[in-house]
Amino acid sequence: MTSAREIAAAVTARERSAREVIDEHLARIDEHDGELHAFNVVIADEARAAAEALDARIAAGEPVGPLAGVPVALKDNLCTRGIPTTCSSRILEGWRPPYDATVVNRLRAAGAIAVGKTNLDEFAMGSSTENSAFGPTRNPRDTTRVPGGSSGGSAAAVAAGFAPLALGSDTGGSIRQPAALCGVVGMKPTYGAVSRYGLIAFASSLDQIGPFAADVTDAALLLEAMWGHDRMDSTSISDDLVPISADLERGVRGLRIGIVEELTDVEGIAADVRAAVERAAGALEAAGAKVERVSVPATVHGLDAYYLIAPAEASSNLARYDGVRYGLRCDDEDVQHMNARTRGEGFGAEVKRRIMLGTYALSAGYYDAYYGQAQRVRTLIIRDFARAYERFDVLLSPTSPTVAFELGAKTADPLAMYLSDVCTIPTNLAGHCAISVPFGVDSELGLPIGVQVLGRELADALIFRVARAIELSVSGA
Amino acid sequence: MTIVSDAGSEWELVSGLEVHVELASTTKLFCGCPNNFGSEPNTNICPVCLGLPGSLPVLNEVVVEYALRVGEAFHFDVPERSVFHRKNYFYPDMPKDYQVTQYNEPICSRGWLEIDGTRIGILRAHLEEDTGKSTHVGTTGRIHGASHSLVDYNRAGVPLLEIVSDPDIRSSEQAVAYVEELRATLKAIGVSDVKMEEGSLRVDANVSVRRAGSTEFGTRCEIKNLNSLKSLRDAMDYEARRQILLLEEGESVVQETRHWSEVELHTQSMRSKEEAYDYRYFPEPDLVPVAPTAELRAKVRAEMPELPAVRRARLIEEWGVSEKEARTLLGVDGLADYAEAVVALGAPGRDVTLWATQDVLAYLNASNAAVSLLDPATLADVLSMVRDGSISRNQGKDVLAEALAEEKRPRDIVQERGLEQVSDEGALIAAIDAVLAANADAVAEYRAGDDKMRKKKRGFLMGECMKALKGQGNPQLLNPLLDARLEG
Ligand SMILES: [Zn+2]
Repeated sequence: MTSAREIAAAVTARERSAREVIDEHLARIDEHDGELHAFNVVIADEARAAAEALDARIAAGEPVGPLAGVPVALKDNLCTRGIPTTCSSRILEGWRPPYDATVVNRLRAAGAIAVGKTNLDEFAMGSSTENSAFGPTRNPRDTTRVPGGSSGGSAAAVAAGFAPLALGSDTGGSIRQPAALCGVVGMKPTYGAVSRYGLIAFASSLDQIGPFAADVTDAALLLEAMWGHDRMDSTSISDDLVPISADLERGVRGLRIGIVEELTDVEGIAADVRAAVERAAGALEAAGAKVERVSVPATVHGLDAYYLIAPAEASSNLARYDGVRYGLRCDDEDVQHMNARTRGEGFGAEVKRRIMLGTYALSAGYYDAYYGQAQRVRTLIIRDFARAYERFDVLLSPTSPTVAFELGAKTADPLAMYLSDVCTIPTNLAGHCAISVPFGVDSELGLPIGVQVLGRELADALIFRVARAIELSVSGA
Repeated sequence: MTIVSDAGSEWELVSGLEVHVELASTTKLFCGCPNNFGSEPNTNICPVCLGLPGSLPVLNEVVVEYALRVGEAFHFDVPERSVFHRKNYFYPDMPKDYQVTQYNEPICSRGWLEIDGTRIGILRAHLEEDTGKSTHVGTTGRIHGASHSLVDYNRAGVPLLEIVSDPDIRSSEQAVAYVEELRATLKAIGVSDVKMEEGSLRVDANVSVRRAGSTEFGTRCEIKNLNSLKSLRDAMDYEARRQILLLEEGESVVQETRHWSEVELHTQSMRSKEEAYDYRYFPEPDLVPVAPTAELRAKVRAEMPELPAVRRARLIEEWGVSEKEARTLLGVDGLADYAEAVVALGAPGRDVTLWATQDVLAYLNASNAAVSLLDPATLADVLSMVRDGSISRNQGKDVLAEALAEEKRPRDIVQERGLEQVSDEGALIAAIDAVLAANADAVAEYRAGDDKMRKKKRGFLMGECMKALKGQGNPQLLNPLLDARLEG
């Protein structure tokens, strides 16, 4: 497979045409996506037209962006003008947004070419992409297994070579966990680093768009093409962001790295996964970093706090799907019954479960005990991370407690499914950044394992550097 | 103010008002759509105010500035930061099925307003987004029995400021005065056009009653659908009487929302709306707290215009006008500015006030002209000619009317019509002397006659003088000069 940077270089130098690159990827999608179902929709005509337009600009000597001609897969919760955007939910059936998400505009400006919208757990609620109204996505490494979720379609698309780059969204691990399970790089940027404008909200205070790529260098390129302040998003950071690519190869000599005990040395983390974290730590030490164990106590409450805050925000964010203005409408005797029937038929079981959870958590009389308490836990997690970052530059942990599990293995047990995100959730609650980088395979099945590098807010460039060092120790390249 | 019931006992009305004001920013609260009244349905909309999936709100900074002006005008505390919450409930008018509003950390808290020397406390003023507007298609025009509804989202996301008074109001007159003062002030600081008939200022009244002398609060009802000051007064009076009657009959008042019917002139329970809502407020995660900078606060303070109450006091003091005259002058948009401009040209304030609120206002009402387009020099010139005796007061009124209607200069009209009075003493004496010389008989009869004869002859001679002066002799000068000549 060719990397994004190689494609961009070749297309810009007119060694290959963008059209050729797109055709090649579309052919691969055509051949294999019937089995994998990474995409909800493939936009072949639009992609070919965009490629031809780009080729014409290059032929005319016009300047093009750093991702010229690079195919990119977009998670289907990112708004694309005139192209169906479903969140893998029946309730948005038939809706075509009248506008593009900020990231979509920025990637287009960088020369990237969208090839399709990828499958996800309905409204990004899930860890296996099985909660899609349009059927599950399969893991390209083993098609009897899930790709993780909720951005399973994007992770699978990159792992299968459908596109060298993909966008996902990460609310509690929805980029990093599928990246780990599919053996690709996935990264959640600092909250506010990437504009959320046009990302269909699940939990607004936790959602963040981030990159998938086959390697760390491409992921950095993708993030740099889309991040930075956006006046359409009030929570977007206006600080200058530290460039990533320039420092990517600087190594880890002298860095202090802490292995988070509460996310690594606990029950439920598979032995091979823990061993992979130890080996990654060893590789970093060998590269000149100083590695120790560190306790971040409040992170053990992360899952509990997350399953109050995220559903609470979701219960409000998803209220608008009422059948009045767009998407599905199931008519009934009056507007209240129409609302209820539309939502009853339009939402899947997991979405309904979380709306109920969240509605309850915000109810009068319960607010303080649930939502209020969860926010206090969030504050504690931020405090405990701050203490750890007084002594360490970055932290290390597994990304997912296990390797990819079989389709259907956890669908009957929501709590078991929720545990898939136990290592990734604290980063979202803190608004920090983290990246999952593939590091070896498990001994039994040969399935990929992901190691997670965590950083404080705006330490995005730093965690990329560490991830690159881990990647180097594996590939030696 | 005491209300005496039919049964003869004394009661007191207690009321607090919630006033929703649409702020007149050019664009909406959280998006760049025009904030216009009366556009074609669903033309001033975008992904944000339609609440489309993926859209995000961005606070309009002009609205914050407007709220700071309100903060200054009503002596509010404006804290370092205020917070937007989401108020969750399903309604087709509301695109996101939640309203972004301020809850326990409003932008303005603890202010006051003075009505005839009484201070009415204002609990808070908070920002929120307006909803769209439904039209129910069917026979009743209400949601029940409608075949379907049409929703216009032009109003969705229009900035509202909700101003909540303390229960300090004690009569419907005071409530009207409170709303009038609020309107005048909001208008003067340029934050709203406060048109009740267009819904840009909407009032809900909380009304309870208690025995005169009691300090306890009674059970209150909230009255909605008050579309004019008259409705406010009538509804409050009706509601107070209704509650008094209930209590005197030994029944109790049920706390509820009641609808004022302008047709039937009564309030009725809105029972269908009485379901216990749980709005599940929580902080709006898509917005950051509102934290007005020191620079913005200083700018607002520096640019505050004179408030109506202060201006009235100044005009009463400086121009010697009455409270009522000052209120009339300030009650018409731009009229006080016009009057001040006329005074600046040298005309006396009281004369200007009287002419402005009578003649100028009559012209404005009849012609629909904008007061801001009138040239202050027109009235100043007319008043100057009246004062120096060039024309009479009645001629002045005619000249002013023509000058305003025809956009002519008053002095040109006076000249055209030949109205200018002869006030030159030499010219007047010459005319008198000529008349006396030509009418020696009459002069002799005058001098010899009794009072009756003198009066008759003097009138004749005065008429002859005026005739000689073509009617333009200044009578105030002519009379004494004639008398002096006759006696001389
Ligand atoms: Zn708008």
